[in-house]
Amino acid sequence: MKAGYVQRFSAAERVLHWVNAAGFFFLLATGLILYLPSLSMLVSRRQTIQGIHFWGGVGWLCALAAVVVLGFRRLFATAREIERFDEDDLRWLRGRRTPQGRFNAGQKVNAILTAAFTVLFGISGVLLWVGEGDTRFRFASTVILHDGLMYVSLLLLVGHLYLALIHPATRHALRGMTVGDVRVEWAVHHHPKWQPDDVQVDWPRTRHHAPWKPQFADADRSRRR
Amino acid sequence: MDTPPVTEQDPGPRRYGRRLFLATVVGGVSSLYWGKAAWDHVTGVVSPVAEAIAPIIPSSGWRIYTISGSMPTFDRATWRLKIGGLVDQPLSLTYDELRALPRVEQVSTFHCVTGWTVNNVHWGGVRMHDVLAAARPQDAGHALQFVSMEVPYVDYLTLGQASMHDVMLAYEMDGKPLKQEHGAPVRLVIPEMYGYKNVKWLQEIQVVPESIDGYWENLGYDRDAWVGRSNGYSS
Repeated sequence: MKAGYVQRFSAAERVLHWVNAAGFFFLLATGLILYLPSLSMLVSRRQTIQGIHFWGGVGWLCALAAVVVLGFRRLFATAREIERFDEDDLRWLRGRRTPQGRFNAGQKVNAILTAAFTVLFGISGVLLWVGEGDTRFRFASTVILHDGLMYVSLLLLVGHLYLALIHPATRHALRGMTVGDVRVEWAVHHHPKWQPDDVQVDWPRTRHHAPWKPQFADADRSRRR
Repeated sequence: MDTPPVTEQDPGPRRYGRRLFLATVVGGVSSLYWGKAAWDHVTGVVSPVAEAIAPIIPSSGWRIYTISGSMPTFDRATWRLKIGGLVDQPLSLTYDELRALPRVEQVSTFHCVTGWTVNNVHWGGVRMHDVLAAARPQDAGHALQFVSMEVPYVDYLTLGQASMHDVMLAYEMDGKPLKQEHGAPVRLVIPEMYGYKNVKWLQEIQVVPESIDGYWENLGYDRDAWVGRSNGYSS
């Protein structure tokens, strides 16, 4: 790892993120062909696109499941980290600039909703597919659920992409999700309660935006030289 | 005596994330039972807002279903609507001749069997019974076969169903000539039945002895596709 950088995301976390992202964009593209009349006109072969969309969704869920199984230990720890909200997290969600851990509270909510939506996309997608031929699985609200998930997911995605690609203060996080590490200064500034295992840094405990430079512990500083 | 200072005790991290995940999944799954009613209620309450934003929503609520690789195209010079079978006066109407028949308009809701609906669709066209009257069905004819240009799409209605007051052959939708994706030049409109009975890209109507299964009925859908009372739905 480069000096002055700290590992933020493990390989398992990054693979899970990108498998999820790739699957989502594939399903969004094929789903929009089914959903938007103008795209349906261009492509026309609805049955074929419908099959590609459905089996693409099945492949997406299987790929996610495979990543979770293969990286279970690491991802289980991540899940435990994400599901826990302390007082600072709750204050952060109420708009206060409280110190945050490796994931801020907004990232935790986004991850949790994304996981829940994946389950709901899967359930509603299978019901739509099976319900075409079997009335026992046909519900008038299935398509509303599937479409509603798409709209809410798109809103989350737009916010996510803005913060990851455009907003100057946060877009450095994209490096963490691609190569794994982020600048220590950035991490300290945005995630002061995070205590990485592999780097001993004197992280500030009292103030979030303290204008300080990271103080590497002696052992770590010597290792880095 | 000094009162001991009151210290705010941090209860420590709590698993709110697990609760949020479970609540979202349970809420989503349960919406299979209440989602449509809630959606209908919301769109009814905020219909002015919905109408205002409708032009900027690209889907406008419609999904385009086809069964073949390409959509039929309408050639005004060669297209004919043939009405034949058990009739005394077989007809072959050009597009202009069809439009010369007594024109009617109606506003109705379009229901798809998969669950989506489009409210307040403004149709323009001719009444089915006016077309039938011109062809004069014979006594042996009790049903109609609707043949689409999209082969092999066909469907059937009984004469009684086809003679309901709001069944029409529509060549206009929302004030404009019917678009290709909606079945140009003319489609059947029967608001009381799900969309798969509303045959698009019509080219032929045959008077036949009885109603039998059409394209989607052969794939398991109900022959009498009453909205809310067929295909596993009950109002």
